[in-house]
Amino acid sequence: MKSISIKQLSVSFGAVTVLHDVDLEIAAGECFGLVGESGSGKSTVLRCASLLNATWSGKIEIDGKDIRTMSIQERCRTMQMVFQDPYGSLHPRHSIRSALELGLIVNKVDDRETKMAQAMRDVGLPVEFLDRYPHQLSGGQRQRVAIARALVLEPHLLLLDEPTSALDVSVQAEVLNLLVRLREEKGLTYLMVSHDLAVVDHMCGRFAIMQHGRIAEVLPREAILDGSARDPYARELIAASIEYERAI
Amino acid sequence: MTQAPEPSLTTNRTRLPQGLVMLGNILSVLARTPTSLFGLVVIALLVVMAAFAPLIATHDPYIQNLANTLQPPSMAHLFGTDELGRDIFSRLVHGARITLTIIALVSIVVGPIGLLFGTVAGYFGGKIDTVLMRITDIFLSFPSLILSLAFVAALGPSLNNAIIAIALTSWPPIARLARAETLTFRSADYVSAARLQGASSARIIWTSIVPMCLPSVIIRLTLNMATVILTAAGLGFLGLGAQPPLPEWGAMIATGRRYMIDSWWLVTFPGLAILAVSLAFNLLGDGLRDALDPKQMNRR
Repeated sequence: MKSISIKQLSVSFGAVTVLHDVDLEIAAGECFGLVGESGSGKSTVLRCASLLNATWSGKIEIDGKDIRTMSIQERCRTMQMVFQDPYGSLHPRHSIRSALELGLIVNKVDDRETKMAQAMRDVGLPVEFLDRYPHQLSGGQRQRVAIARALVLEPHLLLLDEPTSALDVSVQAEVLNLLVRLREEKGLTYLMVSHDLAVVDHMCGRFAIMQHGRIAEVLPREAILDGSARDPYARELIAASIEYERAI
Repeated sequence: MTQAPEPSLTTNRTRLPQGLVMLGNILSVLARTPTSLFGLVVIALLVVMAAFAPLIATHDPYIQNLANTLQPPSMAHLFGTDELGRDIFSRLVHGARITLTIIALVSIVVGPIGLLFGTVAGYFGGKIDTVLMRITDIFLSFPSLILSLAFVAALGPSLNNAIIAIALTSWPPIARLARAETLTFRSADYVSAARLQGASSARIIWTSIVPMCLPSVIIRLTLNMATVILTAAGLGFLGLGAQPPLPEWGAMIATGRRYMIDSWWLVTFPGLAILAVSLAFNLLGDGLRDALDPKQMNRR
């Protein structure tokens, strides 16, 4: 289990500042949610933490170790990411086997077949699916493959970028339950972006509400129902979300 | 767990190797449209002619017979004889080899160079992109035949130099195409995922980006082949490509030009051959554009 701390994270694209001094502390083994409207900078936090976007200032530490000082191999084996759209995150011309194997080859991991088979079993897919191509799988199965691809390197920290928002409602629950189970089994730490407070309520112990690139408030899960949020924007967002749930 | 229903239609066909299935699909799509079928058949004929040239040719393409010059087409000489008494049909058949060599060599050189320049420029962007694209701009700013002429004039006229010259002038469009394609793929999630798995840029370009660019590059190369044939024939016609007595189609037209008024067959048959083959490559390229469409490809 590893903790992650984000200190004074700021990002600017040209003249536009997207993130203003974001501070987050996520304890080892915690599932932490990031909520906010579109364009509030939720996904940018993940892209910075994974160094997909490397032009930021501030400090991101995993178990007290600056991620910029980690070697690529160490970073890959500590932290992996699951993307929002399972149709875009798997290469259409690569079999599931080559998608999973890439990380193992690059990081020079031995015993690849058993590792890949284990990852497939972990996400509840038959091992024979390794020889399939993404277009032969359903959306939920693809997202499971994407999770297996992240797990095959045995990371401690998983960055989840709206992992269920591209999926059908019935499949969403499956994938969320899978993520909950994996966290318990493997002692993973999650940092999850979502715009769905119901998902956050189901998965996360704590969550942060973001607005215009700032953290408006960090709240425990209970705050969704007991109305203990102080920040006006946070209250508004929670109220709107609950009203929406009722309307459905 | 409610697993989505299996796409059962594909289950028994997945046994076949991926490449073979794809090739079969492409061929069946091509065969369905008459124009691309025509292209395919003409090119197949060209390949067969080149492969079995000594068996198909009725005479030796180099043996002269000065007692038998400028004979019109007859049973003895299907397409007649030229000014030195050589059988035109046999020369055409042997010329297919030269044409194919030119096309093959140019494509082998141009495809990888264009892909390399385009994908590297598109993937890295920034200064690397600027430098590589300005280099391609320099090559693009000359008309390709003029540039080839200049190269051949500098290197000396021969078939090999013509091939080098044509290759030098035809890679920039491929590079531009590959770059444009790369720009659309480089921010895809699967590229990000590969980066997070620790893959190096070279590996990502080779395994993730090149396979996505390949279909359009192949289409472009096929459409390019018609231009390559015409440029090669043009260089041959100007005496800067294949040298006599090589039976290159453009060179045959150039020498036949002097006798064109009295002996039409000297220029007509090589001309028809050039027309048929370049038309065939154009039609095949058009057909490939449909066949390599991702929607068709995924219909396994």
